[in-house]
This record gives sequence, structure tokens and C-alpha cells, in this order.
Amino acid sequence: MKKLVVVLLVSCLPAFASAAGGHDVELEKAPVNLQDKVSLQNGAKLFVNYCMGCHSLEYLRYGRMGEDLGISDELTLKYLNFTSEKIGDPMKNGMTAENGKDWFGNPPPDLTLAARHRSPDWIYSYLTGFYEDESRPYGYNNEVFPSVGMPHVMAKMQENLSEEEFESNMGDITNFLTYAAEPIAPTRERIGVYVLVFLAILFVPAYLLKKEYWKDVH
Amino acid sequence: MMRMVNGLIDWVDARLPVVNAYKKHMSEYYAPKNFNFWYYFGVLSMVVLVNQLLTGIWLTMFYSPGQGFESVEYIMRDVQWGWLIRYMHAVGASAFFAVVYIHMFRGLMYGSYKPPRELVWIFGMLIYVALMAEGFLGYVLPWGNMSYWGAQVIISLAGAIPFDILPFIDGKDAKEIGEALTTWVRGDYLLSTATVNKFFALHVVAIPLVLVALVFLHILALHEVGSNNPDGVEIKQNKDENGIPKDGIPFHPYYTVKDLPGVIIFLMIFAVVIFFFPTGGGYLIEKPNFVAANPLKTPDHIAPVWYYGPYYAMLRATTIEWFGMSSKAWGLIAMGGGIVVLFLLPWLDRHPVKSIRYKGWLSKLLLFVFAADFLMLGYLGTQPATGTAKTLAQIGTVYYFLYFFIGLPLAYRFEKSKPVPERVTGGH
Repeated sequence: MKKLVVVLLVSCLPAFASAAGGHDVELEKAPVNLQDKVSLQNGAKLFVNYCMGCHSLEYLRYGRMGEDLGISDELTLKYLNFTSEKIGDPMKNGMTAENGKDWFGNPPPDLTLAARHRSPDWIYSYLTGFYEDESRPYGYNNEVFPSVGMPHVMAKMQENLSEEEFESNMGDITNFLTYAAEPIAPTRERIGVYVLVFLAILFVPAYLLKKEYWKDVH
Repeated sequence: MMRMVNGLIDWVDARLPVVNAYKKHMSEYYAPKNFNFWYYFGVLSMVVLVNQLLTGIWLTMFYSPGQGFESVEYIMRDVQWGWLIRYMHAVGASAFFAVVYIHMFRGLMYGSYKPPRELVWIFGMLIYVALMAEGFLGYVLPWGNMSYWGAQVIISLAGAIPFDILPFIDGKDAKEIGEALTTWVRGDYLLSTATVNKFFALHVVAIPLVLVALVFLHILALHEVGSNNPDGVEIKQNKDENGIPKDGIPFHPYYTVKDLPGVIIFLMIFAVVIFFFPTGGGYLIEKPNFVAANPLKTPDHIAPVWYYGPYYAMLRATTIEWFGMSSKAWGLIAMGGGIVVLFLLPWLDRHPVKSIRYKGWLSKLLLFVFAADFLMLGYLGTQPATGTAKTLAQIGTVYYFLYFFIGLPLAYRFEKSKPVPERVTGGH
């Protein structure tokens, strides 16, 4: 019977290996590290400067972001908030869906959950995947998102920085968006370790209790 | 102090048979002493049921059907411990099906549905069907894009019911009835807040009530006839002078203390998923569900959650158009039939031997292939139905039905069973 268990489990493996794949383009591995506060802060700075004019983070609050990234409320309001919102407000912008549709063909999506909807690797590949293409209205096309409506907002930055520096910046934005998609993730994993240790300890007396009682079952 | 407690118990017992019930279902319920690994999954289903009920109650405090998607993110971000409760509930749904499938497979292996346990099995099957309904309704509530499109596909099935097989209904009327039916299920002309409100009511009140009642009946019926065991031996046929089965041990304390470490191991696996892989690589919470429902954007591939996989694969496998019915209608019949046939199991299995341990090689082989077939169909159900995948799903569907209608009723004629022992084997 033990053999049967093993066979059943093994036959499940291929199902998990190919979990929700289906990309045609090979994606670059994103340098995600949610413990790296410097990277997250830089990502936040770049995001509010380059992206947030069009893309909101409507499920993330300024205050929560500051708290998690180690930025005080004063600094958050001063440097990361351009619409003079309150600290508890969600990170929205002034662009309406109609504006977005008029300007880019499609309203720019909210990006709070982009890293969970696509993947960090997708975002990183997208950000580093712009190339010149005269046939497109804004002169650029994208490797992972062909015929994308978005202009290459960071083209100037790409020109002025070395390839390494630019990729590092894009990595930081990706890291920040990965954080924004699930701010609780690092806490979740930390608590998970405690829960498992607790259960492992609890298992010992429970197992001994079972052994003690079952001594007299023959 | 002790006297007061005893006095209170006596007082209640004179008015409500609590002592009797405790004895009948716990301290003097004699369970076979040879339960193995597979016998943990009944109690584990109870653990998960309680998890779903409790986390569900707390989610209900913060969820609002008119803003399904937003309120789930609100729970994930702004509600204290909301993320944990939500993950416990979402992962719990998958865990529920995982333990229930293994629990059902246990029944299949050891013939636990055979007389006198037919009603135990029937109640179990009703629980399974209620669970499928509950899972579907719950999946719609977060109102992500996969919630929306999944619901769209499933609700449209109501329009594929072939009413025109009835002599007095023609094709045009059948179509109208189908459309009226889907509108009635949605409560609107399209999937909308009206639908979510309705599903919410069914998900948090109606179906849980039915589920709890059925679980109660399942256990009541089980305790009336007694538990089966891996040997398929009726322990009640060998009693000692006090009328206690010789191979039976009191459920409490023996199985309560045995279940406890098992439950802890299960909780550890559950915790690993909740804390480290809450989306299960897109299998437990699907990626398209991280964008809000959008009637204008169909996901590239609409896949059901894994636990509906086998039946979804059957739904899509059909290409036949026999008797003037569409292949979609046949798919519906295959899917529904796949579940209905399980209800008939106690009467389809004609084997004189209960447990797979003492059945012959053919029964073992057929059951093994059936398990593999079910897993394969489950996997195929989550994948696009193209080319080889579709052919495999068709073969899998045919085998599924052949197993129940030919394999189980006839296998015993072509094999030699081993002798079934008088008493159970193995103590632990």
C-alpha cells in the first residue's frame, strides 16, 4: 500500500511542474529581494517619478508603503507623493480611464497586483525589453508585449545610464512592484516558520500520548 | 467542585441523553483496531470543514458582494490578520477536496460502500456534490477575471441542457427554456452584482447548512453500522461475552489520540502551503484572478480549479452528436453521469470480497488504472483541450465509465480472490 501512495504522489508532480505557464517569450529572471530596503526605496522613487503619472497603485496606501520600506511619514509625503494626498490614502493618480483611452488606446492598468497577475520576471523582462520601432506611434516596441500602447518612458534614462545601471534600476522597480502586490509576504513567511516550529513541538507529546495509549492494543 | 460538575451532568442527562450520546459515539463506539494511513482522511475532512466554517464567518464580516474584488484586497491588506484568514479559506477549499478525494478513494479500495454501508456512502456522495456547489459559488465571490469567466462557462451549461429530447419540446422552445434558465441562475441578463449577491447568500448560508446536516447524517449512519477496515472484515461478527467486538477498540481514547498526531502532520503540510505557497503556483489561486472581473477581456485559457479537473475534462472530451443532441449536451451528460455513477457504486460492485487486499489481480489492476485515469483527467481538465490532450481525455472518460459499468460488476468472474481472514490483521 505504501508503494501506491508513492506512485500517486509522483504522478501529481508533472501537474505542479508546469503550473500556469504558457509564455511564448523566454523571460529574464528578475532580481527580486524583498529584504533589500535600498532597492525597494529606489524602486518606489522610480515608480512614483516615471510610472505613477499613468499607473496607480490603488490597493496600496502611502503610509503602509512608508512603514514597510522604512520611510517616515514626512519623507513619504514630501518625496513620494505628488498629488498632496493624506498619508492614509491609496496611491491613485489624476488620470481618468477616458484620458488613458484617448492617449494610449487603452487605459493604463492599475499595477498593484501586476506582479501576481503576470509575474516579477515578466515585469522585469517588459521593462528591459523596449526596442526602437519606427512603425509604432511612440517609436518603440516591446519584446514581451508586442505592439504595446505604452511609450518607452524611460528611454532617456536608458540612454544616460550604462546597461548595468539601467538594468539595476529596472530590477528595483520590479522588486518594488513585487512588494506592492503582496506587502505581507515577508511577514507571512516569517510567521510560517514559527507556526511550523510550534506544530513540530506539539507533535512530540501528541505522538507519545498515542504510543502510550496504544501499548495495550494488540 | 467535582460533585457540582457531576450534579450538572446528571441534571442535563435527565433532560437530554448526553451521557448516552457520548458513549454511543465516543467511549463505547468500537472501531476496528487495524485502521491504517488512509483512515486519517475522515477526521481531516472534519478539521478542514471547521476551518472553512470559522474562517468563512470572519471573511463574511469584511467581504462585500457589490465590491468583491476590492473587498478581498481590503481583507488582504487592511484587515488585521485578514491575509491569514483569507489564505486559510482559499487554500482550505483545495485542502477540503484533497482530503475528500483521498477519503473517497479509501472507500473505493476497501469496499466501504458495500452493504451494510450504502447509506454512509450515499450521504458522503451528497456531501461531495454539495461541496462542489459550495466551491464553485465561493470561487465566484472574489470577482477576479477567472471568477467571472469560470462562472460564465459553468452558468452557460444550464443553456446546454437538451430539453428537446422531450417529445413535446422542439428545438426553438428548448433554446428559449435554456436562455430563461441561465437568466434565472444569474438573476440578471449578464453576470453582475445581482449574481454575486445571490451566490454569496448560497455560499455562506444555504449550502453550509446542508453540508453540516449531511456530515451529521454521514456520521450517524456510520456509527449505526460500524466502520469498515482495510481487511473488509465485519468486526461485529466476532464479539466477546460482553457483546464487544473482539477486534474493536473504543473510538475515544484510542482513535482520538491516534488522530491527533495525524491532524498535526496535516496542519504542518497545510501551513507550508498557506505560509510559503499560498497561490500554489497558480493552481490554488489562479493568476487571472489577480485582475478584477472584466467582461471585455477573456483570459487566454479558462481553466477550472484543479478539483473540478476530472469532470471538466469529461465535459470537453465529447465530440459525438448522437440522437440529434449537440456534443456540448453530451459533454454535460458525461460530466453529470460521471458523478451520478458514483452514487450507484454500492450496487455496481458485485464482487463478493470487500477489500482490495483480498480481491484478485484484475481488480487491483483496474483500480490502479482508475486512480491514474482520474489523476490524468484532473490534470487534463486544467489544460487547454487540444490535439493529444483531447484524445487522452476521451480515452480517460471512456475508461472511467467502463470501470464502473463493466470492471466493477464483472471483474470477480475473471480472477481468483484470496481467502478473507476471519479476524482483522495487524494491530496498528
